[in-house]
Amino acid sequence: MKRFRFSQQEVVFAVFAVLFLTFSIFLRGFLTPENMLTLLQNVAVLGILGLAMAIVVIGRGIDISLIAALAVPPGLVLQMVQNGHSLPTSLIAALLLAIAFGLVNGWLIAYAEVPSLFATLATGLLLAGLGQTALFQLDVVQWSPGMDGFERLGQGVILGIPTPIIMFAIACVIVAFLLRRTRWGAYIYAIGDNPYAARATGIPSRPIVVLQYVVTALIGCFAGLVMAASVNSMPTRVFNSTLIYDVILVVVLGGIGLSGGRGGVLNVIIGTLLIGTMLNGMTILDISYAGQNLIKGVVLLLAVITDSFLNPRNEETAQQGDI
Amino acid sequence: MIGRVMIAALGMAAMTVPALAQQGLDEPFQKPFKEALAGKVVAYVPVAMNFDLTEGWYAGMKKELEPYGVKFEIRDPNWNTNAGAQAVTSLISEKPAVMVIHNPDVQTYAKLLQRAENEGIYVIQINMGSAYRSSAFVGANWIEIGERDTEAVVKACQGKSNKIAIVQGALSAAASAYTLKGVENVLAKHPDIKVVSSQAADWDAAKAKAITQTVLKQNPDLCGIVGFWDGMDIGTAAAVKEAGLTGKVFVATSGGGERKGACELVKSGAFDLNMSYDVPTQAADLSAMIKWLLSSGAKAGSVKGSAYTTLIPISKENADTACWNLSDLKK
Repeated sequence: MKRFRFSQQEVVFAVFAVLFLTFSIFLRGFLTPENMLTLLQNVAVLGILGLAMAIVVIGRGIDISLIAALAVPPGLVLQMVQNGHSLPTSLIAALLLAIAFGLVNGWLIAYAEVPSLFATLATGLLLAGLGQTALFQLDVVQWSPGMDGFERLGQGVILGIPTPIIMFAIACVIVAFLLRRTRWGAYIYAIGDNPYAARATGIPSRPIVVLQYVVTALIGCFAGLVMAASVNSMPTRVFNSTLIYDVILVVVLGGIGLSGGRGGVLNVIIGTLLIGTMLNGMTILDISYAGQNLIKGVVLLLAVITDSFLNPRNEETAQQGDI
Repeated sequence: MIGRVMIAALGMAAMTVPALAQQGLDEPFQKPFKEALAGKVVAYVPVAMNFDLTEGWYAGMKKELEPYGVKFEIRDPNWNTNAGAQAVTSLISEKPAVMVIHNPDVQTYAKLLQRAENEGIYVIQINMGSAYRSSAFVGANWIEIGERDTEAVVKACQGKSNKIAIVQGALSAAASAYTLKGVENVLAKHPDIKVVSSQAADWDAAKAKAITQTVLKQNPDLCGIVGFWDGMDIGTAAAVKEAGLTGKVFVATSGGGERKGACELVKSGAFDLNMSYDVPTQAADLSAMIKWLLSSGAKAGSVKGSAYTTLIPISKENADTACWNLSDLKK
């Protein structure tokens, strides 16, 4: 008889469902269409970043430099427009910077064989430092008249739905297509599951790893553009924040194991929804900052503990270890 | 008789003074002043460079003091409190003449600053003070900022819902806690005002926007928001604008009065009031303090005084003239 087991994805979904129901019943003003849209809108950028992170984590890597890719190329767009360049030129410059950054990350990890954690830790610092010293005048890069019209990427509504949610949806579709419908996607899973076997069967694993980091940097840059458009500025200081942990949290909480080869876009969506529901409910309740951190910590611990009870570490993970 | 003597005396004086002027009169204090400044080192430790306030102070001090041969040494901890404490510690052994310190919180540097003054280094604290009172403090009175912002919001709320929201900075920052105290002072006088949300957004525009969006959805009749820093409240204002409530929800905030970050946002209607602690004025105050302390020869820590910045309330009326440009200050 097959023993019934929950996956982490289901555990987190259950936690999300319980939280959602509790808030819906006890919290006036939570379960309204407007609040649901606000909830989603507030975590849309986090969700997009989660998708970027998911791609490398599925390929058994991690990208700590994602926030630098979020902050610096979009910051460059705002700064260049402020200095009088045209918007298309600035966007192309930013995209080239993001691609170059992804290539450096990918080359370090795939060809120089530096562990992804250390490689991206260093390159993230490098890019953020480059931005601070050479590219930006001030660490909050302000909107300028030359950018007018571009804020529609992060503000306003399309068919009644706030634009950031639509951007998240588009990113979900693209990443899902890449992972599930293309050969490259299949290769990423194969490499994540067992890099040696993948290489032995003739998968071009090094170029695929490079590709992962380029795509991740591009999605990070896209998330940054949505964020900048949404707040009419690029606070490049976000690099120093704890945002990267939230991103990893969304991915891991959603059930994409750090040991690679598992999970997909659905996991990111579930993780994002859980974080979004918690943040929104606690804001409505006007819980203090310290209280919010405490609650976040407890819920996450519960999810992780439940998971390790229901799904004990197997032989394979025990041997290679988590990240 | 006496009158006639007086007139004669005045006439004499009138004749002698121009005669002296033709020979030139040595002003006895300028030479020691120049000597006191020449070659002196001013060490500057902000919480981070690369933002309008700290860049503005630095540019202003350099412009004012470098012509006298004052040298600057800058340590940028880049928001890292530990790195800042290390920078201050190592500076004490390097013995600059003056240290200009921008504290990340009230406690961390307090002991170090006291040690620096015991070693004979003048310590000037800028905008965010520590628990130790040093030779000089130059900066904004955060309590006053909180009070004046809240008074404006309360006034704008008259005859409306009386519901307001507060968007705080980071909980560990003294500036945020002091401003909150100012807010509380005013609210104590207006029990009819209801605070529907008072949360910390960590000086982060995206967080401020998320919080404000949720609050506005729950309270569409909100009449005002007190924000704690314009760099963060750009997010607060974006949320108000997206909800279509610009002009209906009064947004009050504060900042250094840099043109792009303050005046242009007031002009666009994003902020209704921005209390500016005009950075060029603060830089001038800092420079004056440094000149005075160096030329006084006073023992470090033996005199202690403050120069609180006179606030400029920026609203639509003065938004064309009340701000400054970093590029101009750097010229």
